[in-house]
Amino acid sequence: MISADLSIALPEILLALFAMTALMVGVFTGKDRVAHLVLWATAAAFVILALMVALQGAESRTAFGGMFIDDAFARFAKVMILLSAAVVMLMGQDYMERHDLLRFEYPVLVALAALGMMIMVSAGDLMALYMGLELQSLALYVIVAIRRDSARSTEAGLKYFMLGALASGMLLYGASLVYGFAGTTLFDGIISTIADGEMPLGLLIGLAFLIAGLAFKVSAVPFHMWTPDVYQGAPTPVTAFLSTAPKIAAMALFARVVFEAFGTAAADWGQIVAFLAVLSMFLGGIAAIGQRDIKRLMAYSSIAHMGFALVGLAAGSQQGVEAMLIYMAIYVTMNIGVFAFILSMSRDGRPVTDIASLNMLSAREPVKAAALLVLLFSMAGVPPLLGFFGKLAVLWAAVEAGMAWLAVAGVIASVIGAFYYLRIVYYMYFGEEFEELDRVMPNLQWGLLMASSVIMVVGVINLFGIESFAEAAAQTLVR
Amino acid sequence: MENLLSIITFTPLVAAIILAVFLRGEDAAAQANAKWLALIATGATFLISLFLLFGFDPSDTGFQFVEEGDWILGLTYKVGVDGISVLFVMLTTFLMPIAIGACWNVTHRVKEYMVAFLVLETLMIGVFVALDLVLFYLFFEAGLIPMFLIIGIWGGKERIYAAFKFFLYTFLGSVLMLVAMIAMYVDAGTSDIETLLTHEFGSDTFSLLGIQIVGGAQTLMFLAFFAAFAVKLPMWPVHTWLPDAHVQAPTAGSVVLAAILLKMGGYGFLRFSVPMFPVGTEIVGPLILWLSAIAVVYASLVALMQEDMKKLIAYSSVAHMGFVTLGIFAVNQQGLDGAIFQMISHGFISGALFLVVGVIYDRMHTRRIDAYGGLVNRMPVYALIFMLFTMANVGLPGTSGFVGEFLTLVGVFQVNTWVTAVAATGVVLSAGYALWLYRRVMMGALVRESLKTITDMSRREKALFAPLVAMTLLLGVYPSLVTDITGPAVAELVEDYDGALAAYDAALRLAQN
Repeated sequence: MISADLSIALPEILLALFAMTALMVGVFTGKDRVAHLVLWATAAAFVILALMVALQGAESRTAFGGMFIDDAFARFAKVMILLSAAVVMLMGQDYMERHDLLRFEYPVLVALAALGMMIMVSAGDLMALYMGLELQSLALYVIVAIRRDSARSTEAGLKYFMLGALASGMLLYGASLVYGFAGTTLFDGIISTIADGEMPLGLLIGLAFLIAGLAFKVSAVPFHMWTPDVYQGAPTPVTAFLSTAPKIAAMALFARVVFEAFGTAAADWGQIVAFLAVLSMFLGGIAAIGQRDIKRLMAYSSIAHMGFALVGLAAGSQQGVEAMLIYMAIYVTMNIGVFAFILSMSRDGRPVTDIASLNMLSAREPVKAAALLVLLFSMAGVPPLLGFFGKLAVLWAAVEAGMAWLAVAGVIASVIGAFYYLRIVYYMYFGEEFEELDRVMPNLQWGLLMASSVIMVVGVINLFGIESFAEAAAQTLVR
Repeated sequence: MENLLSIITFTPLVAAIILAVFLRGEDAAAQANAKWLALIATGATFLISLFLLFGFDPSDTGFQFVEEGDWILGLTYKVGVDGISVLFVMLTTFLMPIAIGACWNVTHRVKEYMVAFLVLETLMIGVFVALDLVLFYLFFEAGLIPMFLIIGIWGGKERIYAAFKFFLYTFLGSVLMLVAMIAMYVDAGTSDIETLLTHEFGSDTFSLLGIQIVGGAQTLMFLAFFAAFAVKLPMWPVHTWLPDAHVQAPTAGSVVLAAILLKMGGYGFLRFSVPMFPVGTEIVGPLILWLSAIAVVYASLVALMQEDMKKLIAYSSVAHMGFVTLGIFAVNQQGLDGAIFQMISHGFISGALFLVVGVIYDRMHTRRIDAYGGLVNRMPVYALIFMLFTMANVGLPGTSGFVGEFLTLVGVFQVNTWVTAVAATGVVLSAGYALWLYRRVMMGALVRESLKTITDMSRREKALFAPLVAMTLLLGVYPSLVTDITGPAVAELVEDYDGALAAYDAALRLAQN
């Protein structure tokens, strides 16, 4: 039996072994000379594991008495997590090196965080959920503070840690309440106690606390306070990482918990999630308007995007989950492109993140500016770009679920959001002053920026077939 | 010619991609290449679209040249034209080469300018041929991006304010339409416009947040679509983005905006609002008639007081679009025929008027009316053309402007006499502002020193106006060119509309008994 269990969790076990080996190699060969090697090896490991996960069959399997679930939903999320983590790590390599941040611990910590995320999306039990979440979070706290001599970075790490610990506490409190009222921590068990859709009050309160903890991880309002500071304070490659893979993992985990453990009480949590979604969309849009720093702006933008993804979840239907997965895939692709650009923003070798420094970028670097233009309009949800179809999918799910008011709130928030994306376009295309940015951009970053913007245009033709995978994933989750 | 519509729609886009990818350099030769390529592409598109016009069978009231294919998220790629939309496609392809010709003097980032216009043409044609809800929305909204850039990069002094206002105003207007579209899909189970035209949407009164909504879902959907199209058209009181956008946009941008982009709003009313939500139209229609009448009078009065030529013409556009909504919401043969005719004719006339302003703006770099006077002494050909389009704008019989206004007023007279009476005063007022503008710019003595060396129109400029003059006069004396094509489709629309309303009234009476 144990061997069957282990074979189901093989990708996770391999990644854990890889992380430990890499750590040993790093320690024994001495310092950071091997950092490049470890980084490339980690990225390669991610890609190989992603392939391995993707090529597993279509069936759903559970291991360790239901604590670990391997189904189409988990596989979809894992592939996205691993690929985006690999891409983002490689993309930031140049930046880390130039700023003397490329220590061998960095790829190892990313690998551990990715491992945590994989366990999160496969969790079938509140304990497994917490283990995955903490592994991910602890690794992330350290990476955020990796620039040890910078007060900003350290402050960001500390803030993230304190608030993250608070959120973990809430989550644990919720989990203990749920355990107390359901008598089990297995999702299967929890859902069977509320099979008739009637929830005892204690379970409901437990669920609310669980959702609060998860909302912190996806940075949904009102649990978003850490996001702008951490995004701004962390080194840019780390910010790029924070805004991609962990977001997918947290969103997938969110979906897993509410559907797998509380699927029969969709009416109860649907309200809470819809509330979080509306607040996130509006606050993300309004607060971003006044930002001068592009990393801070991206923080608010990610809050607003998570709000839209939550709209899909709030619909509480299979279509909603499918829409959420498509939305996340598109969001991550856009974010990688934008961060590829932000990573290259520097003047005299020093990184700049001031939006005004983009003034008249289009005159000096028309190709880069055009690619960024596409990404920004896509983020704003203007057709015919892919970002629009993400929004269409979640709004559609909301209307189909009888939540037309949520869709109306969503579209109004998207108009507010359009303003700050347009403001960046304004600097790039209509600006006046002329402050030269460095023109160097590593090939990989340039390639990713272009690829991501081309995907936003060409993807309209068939979404690269991602739709059928998302549908299969949603089917296994929502029964 | 199975894919004729797709070919027409995407030819400009292909040209734009070629231009963007392969053309390098900023020197005069590269700029000339960009302009010629754009001109050839738009000209070729027009020539190809002639196959559409001559292959179109007006007696068939269904959709023709239909192409259909699966697309993402359960949507379809479906395009086709009927008697209502085919002329708008022709209008677009006809005017684009002229618009490209109008920006021959641009020297600032020419390549991007041409790319923006070519992309815009694809999107505009797409709006008129799309037969899938989301496909329509996609083209309808995507046009904002190139137009935003055209105003923002190549516009006048206040261009940034105008570009943002244009974008956010129209974006806000149309997002509600998106929600209504999704609701339509959920209700009818398809996004196919052809099927939706025969689908009956719920019209049972229900209460929302304590408010009784007569006409139910139809009224709500009608209002959501109305928000989008009223802003786009634009109708009073949501017209305020238009004067700003027009004044700041470069000449070619103004031409496209006035001649084609505004028509998307009117087309939307004809394609969606009236046929799909007859009950909603019946309930809200009378209010819209009054709004239109106010628009005609108010915009004309405001136009009288303008100091800036472009702003004056922009307000005159608002007034003329008031006639369009009058005709549409009269919902009878004359009204709808007149509305379509008015839109087509306004496409030629307003486009020409913005070109007229562009001619002297290129020379003097000011649009202020009081900076001119007595131009007739130095520019006789220009004076003649300006006179012709002023008269067409006023609605002089013999020009196309007359036919549209007359038909819409005849249509609306059968529905509401008072509205007609108010709107008819707009005809008088339009003569006032248009002739006064002509008097101040062209007549009198040539006293200003700076004007004494002004030159008459060049050959290129004359060539730009020639087709517009021809069309304005041709449609003025032979309007059946348009009404023969629109007539059958409009007759069918009116019949379906009356049928749906009769059924609704019968159901109401049944419920009361």
